[in-house]
Amino acid sequence: MKYNKLFIATALFVALVTTGCVNSLDIQPLDPKLITADVLFNNPANYYSLLAKCYADLTLCGESGSSGSPDISSSDQGVATFSRTLFTAEENGTDEILNGWGDGGLIEFHNQDMSNINTYDLVLYDRIYFNIAVCNEFIRQVDSRLSTIPDSIMGNVTQYLAEARYLRALYYYYAMDLWGNVPFVTEKDAVGAGMPPQIKRADLFAYIESELKAISPSLLPANQNPQYYGRANKAADWMLLAKMFLNAKVYTGTSDYNDCITYCDSIINAGYSLHPKYSELFLADNNATCLDEIIFPIVEDGTHSQNYGGTCYIINAAEGGTMNPSFFGIAGGWSGNMVTSTFIKKFSDPSGLTDQRAMFYNFNYPSPGAGQNVTPTPPPTSATAFTPTLAVDKFKNVTSTGAPGSNSTFPDTDIPFFRLADVYLMYAEATVSGGTNGSMSLALQYVNDLRTRAYGNTSGNITSTDLTPSFILDERGRELYWESTRRTDLIRFGEYSNGDYMWDWKGGVINGKATSATNDLYPIPAADMTSNSNLVQNPGY
Amino acid sequence: MAVICLLVQAATMKAYSQTTNVTLSFKNATVKQVLNDIEAKTTYHFLFNDQDVDVNRKVSLTDTKQDINDVLSQLFKGTDIVFRIEGKQIVLTKHKPIARPIKGTVKDEKGEPVIGASVVIQGTTQGTITDVNGNFSLTAPANATLNVAYIGYETVKMPVEGKTQLVINLQQSAVALNEVVAIGYGQVKKSDATGSLSTVSSKDFNMGAISSPEQLLEGKSAGVVVTSNSGAPGISSTIRIEGGSSLYASNDPLYVIDGVPILSTTAAGSSGPLSTLNPSDIESFTILKDASATAIYGSRASGGVILITTKKGGKKLSITYNESTSIATVPKTLNVLNATDFRAAVAEHYPGSVDLLGTGTDQTSSTNWQNEIFQTALGQDHTLSISGTTGKLPYRVSVGYNNTDGILKTYNFNRTTMDVGLDPNFLNNSLKVHVNLNGTYNGNNFADQSAIANAVSMDPTKPVFNNNTAWRGYTTWTQNANSNPNGAAVALGTPNPVAQLNLTDNTSTVLRSIGSVSFDYHVPFIPELHANLNMGYDYSESKGHNNVQDSTAWTNNATVAGGYYNPYHQINQNTSFDFYLNYIKQINPIRSEFNLMAGYSYAHSYSSITDSTMNAAKTAYSAVATFSPTAVNLVSFYGRLNYTLMDKYLLTFTLRDDGTSRFGPGNKWGLFPAAAFAWKINDESFLKNSRVISELKLRLGYGVTGQQQINQGDFPYVGSYQFGDSFTQYGLGNQFITTVRPNGYDANIKWETTKNANVGLDYGFLNNRISGSIDVFNKITDNLISQVPPAAGTNFTNSLLSNVGSLNNKGLDFAINGTIISTHDWNWEVGYNISFDKVKITKLTSSNIPNYSIPQGFIQGSSNDNAQVFMVGQTPYAFYVYQQVYDKNGMPVEGVYVDRNHDGIINSSDLYCDHSPTPDAVMGISSRLKYKNWDFAFDGRVSLGNYVFNNVAANSTWNTVLHNADYLQNVTTQIYQTNFQYQEYHSDIYIQNASFFRMDDMSLGYNFGNLFNQKVNLRLSLTCQNVFVITPYKGLDPEINGGIDNNFFPRPRTYVAGLNLQF
Repeated sequence: MKYNKLFIATALFVALVTTGCVNSLDIQPLDPKLITADVLFNNPANYYSLLAKCYADLTLCGESGSSGSPDISSSDQGVATFSRTLFTAEENGTDEILNGWGDGGLIEFHNQDMSNINTYDLVLYDRIYFNIAVCNEFIRQVDSRLSTIPDSIMGNVTQYLAEARYLRALYYYYAMDLWGNVPFVTEKDAVGAGMPPQIKRADLFAYIESELKAISPSLLPANQNPQYYGRANKAADWMLLAKMFLNAKVYTGTSDYNDCITYCDSIINAGYSLHPKYSELFLADNNATCLDEIIFPIVEDGTHSQNYGGTCYIINAAEGGTMNPSFFGIAGGWSGNMVTSTFIKKFSDPSGLTDQRAMFYNFNYPSPGAGQNVTPTPPPTSATAFTPTLAVDKFKNVTSTGAPGSNSTFPDTDIPFFRLADVYLMYAEATVSGGTNGSMSLALQYVNDLRTRAYGNTSGNITSTDLTPSFILDERGRELYWESTRRTDLIRFGEYSNGDYMWDWKGGVINGKATSATNDLYPIPAADMTSNSNLVQNPGY
Repeated sequence: MAVICLLVQAATMKAYSQTTNVTLSFKNATVKQVLNDIEAKTTYHFLFNDQDVDVNRKVSLTDTKQDINDVLSQLFKGTDIVFRIEGKQIVLTKHKPIARPIKGTVKDEKGEPVIGASVVIQGTTQGTITDVNGNFSLTAPANATLNVAYIGYETVKMPVEGKTQLVINLQQSAVALNEVVAIGYGQVKKSDATGSLSTVSSKDFNMGAISSPEQLLEGKSAGVVVTSNSGAPGISSTIRIEGGSSLYASNDPLYVIDGVPILSTTAAGSSGPLSTLNPSDIESFTILKDASATAIYGSRASGGVILITTKKGGKKLSITYNESTSIATVPKTLNVLNATDFRAAVAEHYPGSVDLLGTGTDQTSSTNWQNEIFQTALGQDHTLSISGTTGKLPYRVSVGYNNTDGILKTYNFNRTTMDVGLDPNFLNNSLKVHVNLNGTYNGNNFADQSAIANAVSMDPTKPVFNNNTAWRGYTTWTQNANSNPNGAAVALGTPNPVAQLNLTDNTSTVLRSIGSVSFDYHVPFIPELHANLNMGYDYSESKGHNNVQDSTAWTNNATVAGGYYNPYHQINQNTSFDFYLNYIKQINPIRSEFNLMAGYSYAHSYSSITDSTMNAAKTAYSAVATFSPTAVNLVSFYGRLNYTLMDKYLLTFTLRDDGTSRFGPGNKWGLFPAAAFAWKINDESFLKNSRVISELKLRLGYGVTGQQQINQGDFPYVGSYQFGDSFTQYGLGNQFITTVRPNGYDANIKWETTKNANVGLDYGFLNNRISGSIDVFNKITDNLISQVPPAAGTNFTNSLLSNVGSLNNKGLDFAINGTIISTHDWNWEVGYNISFDKVKITKLTSSNIPNYSIPQGFIQGSSNDNAQVFMVGQTPYAFYVYQQVYDKNGMPVEGVYVDRNHDGIINSSDLYCDHSPTPDAVMGISSRLKYKNWDFAFDGRVSLGNYVFNNVAANSTWNTVLHNADYLQNVTTQIYQTNFQYQEYHSDIYIQNASFFRMDDMSLGYNFGNLFNQKVNLRLSLTCQNVFVITPYKGLDPEINGGIDNNFFPRPRTYVAGLNLQF
């Protein structure tokens, strides 16, 4: 009988363990870093953290260190940042960049023979749509909780909501600019749901315009209060509208210079002014010194916001060879980006002694003007060899007092993403191009304001007869080079692909050649063409 | 007994009334002589069937005059012959004896009762099995013979000889022992196995200084490819059983040690999942290959299952001491430009940069950096084991110690193991208990293995030390290095590889214990029923750090040249509980045996890792401490029916219902069925008497298995948010705000499902002197986890693991083993196996767009380039490259490729898939030759049609020499094969045939036999491992796991002296 008892006891034990364990399949994540939506939004402070993510997506790549816990997969998390690869997409195909690395994907930009599997095209597209998805998530979660949000923070949350919509509009603007007709997803679509429809470029233009106008009342006022530095305010909203309307012909087929001028006026009248010293706009303490001019920055910080995109890329990749890294405030460079000799020739005096915006290392180090007697730079014999004589030292990780930034790899230098100088040039261009509500004299004055700052006096000022569209394109280059707007500008002037403007190695030949107009839009990455059968590829890819 | 005989005789006599007297006298005559004499002396004739009556039996009859009946009774006394007198005829017939009850006990050689032994009356289907006391009772004729059989024992034929009480002693069968194979939740005679499985036992293991158990298996089993991941001691190997069936999920097999499934992932600070096991404690591996064998492990079985059985205690006291001392040498280094050639090359290609070259008074200083980082390394291994039985407790205790240095300086692997096995029996042997406890202390110094690559790149004209004070004296690339050795480091300058080794402290200690206790209870009132309970755990704790001193130019993360302080701590806990019942019933009238097993299993695994990185001074974080715990629970119900008909036709059905916490509602449970049929053709009458064919078994199997180790964390279905750390904040209004991110997820993710059909034939000729098997399989994986980009904007990731793909894997495995010579002095056994495997991706995305590819295989040296792809119709990891154009002299033309699609443009649509790292065929060869006390053995492997992307050669271009203007890099002499200026990563010139034959080991041993009054047995051996490699491959080593050769840690050539003492 003792066997019987033993057997029964065992059977009971097993039955008990069995029933107990089947329930164990419902365990929840143990990692304290992984939390669910209900827990997250229980704490009102977390709304701001999620909004901070919508902003951080401008230049950060993940949630841990400089490349850990990445948002999107990429073999190089530096490339996976919006700030860096937007820079690549806006600059590498133009006269403002030659890259010494020789990576196949980068050469395709410069040669303007982009393939639909180009990894940079893909990673920028993925980054922008990741950013849109995060903004959508903010809007979706907040909308669904509006009734539960305490009155004490309701005002803040409404403002946050407008900012998330602004950032979404900003990301959509670049999607529209780079690829034309693109997938369209809003907070109304569920996460993980199917294949979004493709929206026409002009329809997306209308959507962004309506969003920007709708949120404007809820945004922070257009001022330079350091308390709100980094956040999208009404001026940032107008700036994006102005940019859209300046390029309206490209995006919708119909130009709209008047609206451009209107929003430029709004910004100019909001109290912004040119920062007296051009070079300080690109230094490590520009977040403290240049609030007069910066309308909307991408905030970088070597201690708290470490990433291999943004100014980390712009500054490190600009330094290399026998150049002195400490001049740039970094430990050592990556020997990547330089300009074309064509671009250097945009400055009649590239030494920086007259037009101080000519910030070419060869002339600046060890002291400004050091290389002033160097003969005009010839086109480099290789498109992919880093040449210090073509190096740019516009962005640096040193402060206006010469102190190095807080970290010698990750600069403190913010990207002055939208700044007043661009507004002045937009105003001038819209007016010269036929905008009727602008003033030619004001346009001339704005351009001369920039040139007076650049020369330190009026010696570089121009007259009204000089103020032609092509002068403005060149002036935009001189003022805004390496500020992620060159490709858009060249396309607007018809000079990007098959125009008659040639620069070193355009199209892959040393003196440049015209390329196919296909290049005015990037290809929708093959990966998304596969994932979303609603999409129609851009012509030529 | 006497009474019964009398009764029989009385009954016989009663039948005859007629009486005739006859006088006979015989001494030791045959029955035939007696019958002839009776016929001569009487009128009777005998009628009988020759086959019934043994007429040659010797008898003696007394010299008396007796009645014929009495004479005949006396003559056939004690036989089964009865006589009947019909007139003048005496008819002799066989008496059908009366069955009588017989009782008996079956015992093993230790005198312990054998429970569940089958007792069958020979020539019939009648029989029974023994109960918990080894007792049986049945009814059998007095002259019957009983066949007593039990798995693992020699079958005994026991004549009853009229006895009613029998004691039968079974002897453990040496042959049968080897032929019993573990099949998961039970074991089966190899000849009765229905699935595709192979056993590699200790006598077949590879030889030499083997510090990680997987290497024992290299080349030993058809369809099992074992590739060591590097030449580091203790390093794990990648095992692929019948190719892979997955792209992103794990392709590793499930390891089960003495019934406990262990984690197949490698803990931080550990060299591999099995590296903490002492190979000397392993008795055998059983590799379950096809789904009919593996489906019993359900959702973890798609990569195959490897059952590891540890050694057990024996009856006699045995003390064994094994010792080996090894010397590992560097077999080959890469041919790089020497200092003279390098000076010349720089002078020719970069005359403006010659001042970067090392100075030295005579301009001839030279350093062979590879010689500086590699060494001849020593290793030792000791195992002492004691086994025996104390009282009634069989035990085995072993202690092992291994300490092996790597050929990369500072690399070290050491391991102390203790293994205890106990096999007590209780409750009159109805409860058998097996306890196994294993404890390991494992120390590692992983060194900084990037020194291997940097020894290739470091300028050979530079000395190791240059008397600087800023960089601890090690020559470092500084701005204007020659004039200012203490200057700021060049950010991307090649780190000094000797400094990397000497200033890095990348060490860990791993404490691990694996234990199990299993109960096998023979249920007393149902003798056919066994109840089994297995409980096991696998616990490991690893602590380590990867620290680098400051003033080191290559550490730039938290602070420039500030070194690293990177401690980590991982805990893995794995517990399992299994309960199953096993019911074996023979139903003799239908000549059938049913072996039914049903069980329940629960497994829980937990792991946590804490990790952080600071500078050496611990003043700045580059990655703050994170604590990441996670857990998985598995609940399973499973069952198996083995049905045997006429001992020839075998059917197996298995079913497992697996529940996992890893997937979401609706996807937690999955059913994994399998069926197999085997036909022992050699037992059919037409082959039964064949002297040539001793075994011929056809196997057909089909089954479904899963793979839930999808490498996407333990909660891939959960939508969650994740807070960032202090480096991923964003500045808003002069405050840095911690960010929180929604994580991408697929709520519907679940396991991959692999359907596997297998046809196999096991054969044996000449009493199995030649034996082997051939298997053909076809595996289709559906719900294949593919890394697909979700439609842009729909998820919080650009790369989502989803069940959208399919994969097909077809192959053939063939194995043959034979004893070529077997004489008193000579014995020579050889083994050979070959397998062919074709893996093709058949679907990658939900909408199959042609030529859609997912890049794989990052190219070192590029910023964002890949060499391989996943693409429909291609082998996984196929190389994706441009077709190189050559000039008329056969030299490649740089940057010129074939316009494969003839559109006049060379762009990415001209890329094509050129070979893959997967071999077309792999073979294993082994030989064991014995002559008297000498033995000589070797093991080798062949791999055909595997290709490697030679990343080292791809970086050997002139542009590499002066990639940046402030430092020089050396390149390999492969630069002369292309003379390329720039890196042409996508040229197919770098896709190189890496077929090879590797002689894994050759060993010579001498057995001194019994010394010191038979008390000690001594064997000495000399082994060479990695003896030679024959290959067309131009890189360092053709055997590169993953197929991208980038400065591989070379596999050493090792010489081992071994000593084996047995007391």
